[in-house]
Amino acid sequence: MLQLIVYGLISGSILALGAIGLTLIYGILNFANFAHGDLMALGAYLVLFFRVSLALPMWLSFILGMLCTALLGVCLDRVWFRPLRQRQARAAILAISSLGLALILQNLIRMLWGPQAQYYSRAIHFPFTVPILQVRLNTQQVLIFAIALGLVILVSLFLQRTKLGKAMRATSDNFNLALVSGIDTERVVILTWLLGAGLAAAGGVLLGMSVRLQPIMGWDLLLPIFAATILGGIGSPYGAMVGAFIIGLAEELSTPFIPTEYKTAVSLVLLVLVLLVRPRGLFAGWNA
Amino acid sequence: MALLEVQCITAGYGELPILRSVNLRVERQEIVAIVGPNGAGKSTLMKTVAGLLKPQDGTILLDGQDITHMRPHRIVQAGICYVPQTENVFPSLTVEENLDMGAFIRRGDVRAKKAEMYALFPDLREKRKLRAGYLSGGQRQMVAMARALMLDPRLLLLDEPTAGLSPMLVGVMLEKIVEIHSTGVAMLIVEQNARQALQRAHRGYVLAMGQNRYEDTGQALLAHPEIRAMFLGGR
Repeated sequence: MLQLIVYGLISGSILALGAIGLTLIYGILNFANFAHGDLMALGAYLVLFFRVSLALPMWLSFILGMLCTALLGVCLDRVWFRPLRQRQARAAILAISSLGLALILQNLIRMLWGPQAQYYSRAIHFPFTVPILQVRLNTQQVLIFAIALGLVILVSLFLQRTKLGKAMRATSDNFNLALVSGIDTERVVILTWLLGAGLAAAGGVLLGMSVRLQPIMGWDLLLPIFAATILGGIGSPYGAMVGAFIIGLAEELSTPFIPTEYKTAVSLVLLVLVLLVRPRGLFAGWNA
Repeated sequence: MALLEVQCITAGYGELPILRSVNLRVERQEIVAIVGPNGAGKSTLMKTVAGLLKPQDGTILLDGQDITHMRPHRIVQAGICYVPQTENVFPSLTVEENLDMGAFIRRGDVRAKKAEMYALFPDLREKRKLRAGYLSGGQRQMVAMARALMLDPRLLLLDEPTAGLSPMLVGVMLEKIVEIHSTGVAMLIVEQNARQALQRAHRGYVLAMGQNRYEDTGQALLAHPEIRAMFLGGR
């Protein structure tokens, strides 16, 4: 049971990286970005390219992958979503267009890297047992959790302590009020994409490290990260973090009871429950 | 030269204009009230001056400078701060963070200005670490106004500052507005409480159906028989 909780925390931390970016973009630009999962996948595959094809060390590949995906996120917004926003497209149109983008990205990955599963390295990570708690872990899992948690904490500090971070939260709360407070919302939008896409890449890489890389990995992540985002309340990065951990834990804790292939069903059930019982999410719902 | 000049502004949402050739002027350090029935376009006028709405025709001048097509954050830089009627705070940010956001582009000392705001609105000091979304309506209005004052605007736009407040708070809020005005800020106020607003305003405009109907000093409008009948409850 404790073992499952540990798996759940690791899974949750990876989901958190995806959910934070998703919720920030959702909150500020008011649309559901169904291409976010594939952005995570793209980040993972870019790092694969740097690591395997260019033989760069993993840490460098990781950073380069995050940077490239961050920039790609901004470019995609410029080219794909902004023209629609400028034509006053409704949220539903933006969401559907993001679905199209998701398919393009996913199949681009399939085309460039092939449909087979890939790995960052073939090294075997020997498990060890944590004393007292009697939990089995390997060093890579600890590393993954540490990196994910570290990034989540960094983002948290950025959003809480820095002026730009607060401006992002403010713009997510109330776009027009941010405008009339003198905040340059264009810059905030760019920053949000940089942050969201960068974090997405990190999440994708960590997932690739934890399991494997395959073109469908981004698509498979969509349901859990959306569940996490909506559970936590759209636009609330803290909600996304908490939601992600809840989803991660729920999925792992369900494995003794239902076949592991159906883990994602847990996310779906939680998502539906949230929408029925408290649609605004745990951390949202202020004034009328 | 007036501080704010609105000349023949035609604006609206989509095809149909809500405002048609509206004119308005605010002199330095004046309080100007805009009154009129619902749907007259008063809020639309505010949003247009603040830059949230692009006018289809007409000109808006701030101290002679053409701000008609300026983006909202530039208009803020030029010295106009706007307090919307609803959704006028950042609910997930604390009171203090709301003020910080108001001061986002402030050059001077933010802390001193915040202290000024806490002195002006004492209730806010003890609640400054609370999320703005958890405050009562009256307290939220105070946060909204304090946020707008953080930049020492030359002109403050207030859209129905007393809306939804209890009768006692309405009086408190209007007194606060007069107090703020005494620091030298010009104010353009849209108000449903027409009588109370006109009592404290230097001049007033009556808008109806998106057009100017009357313009005069506050006192003169209060005394005008037709206006009294329409908005001030007769007598």
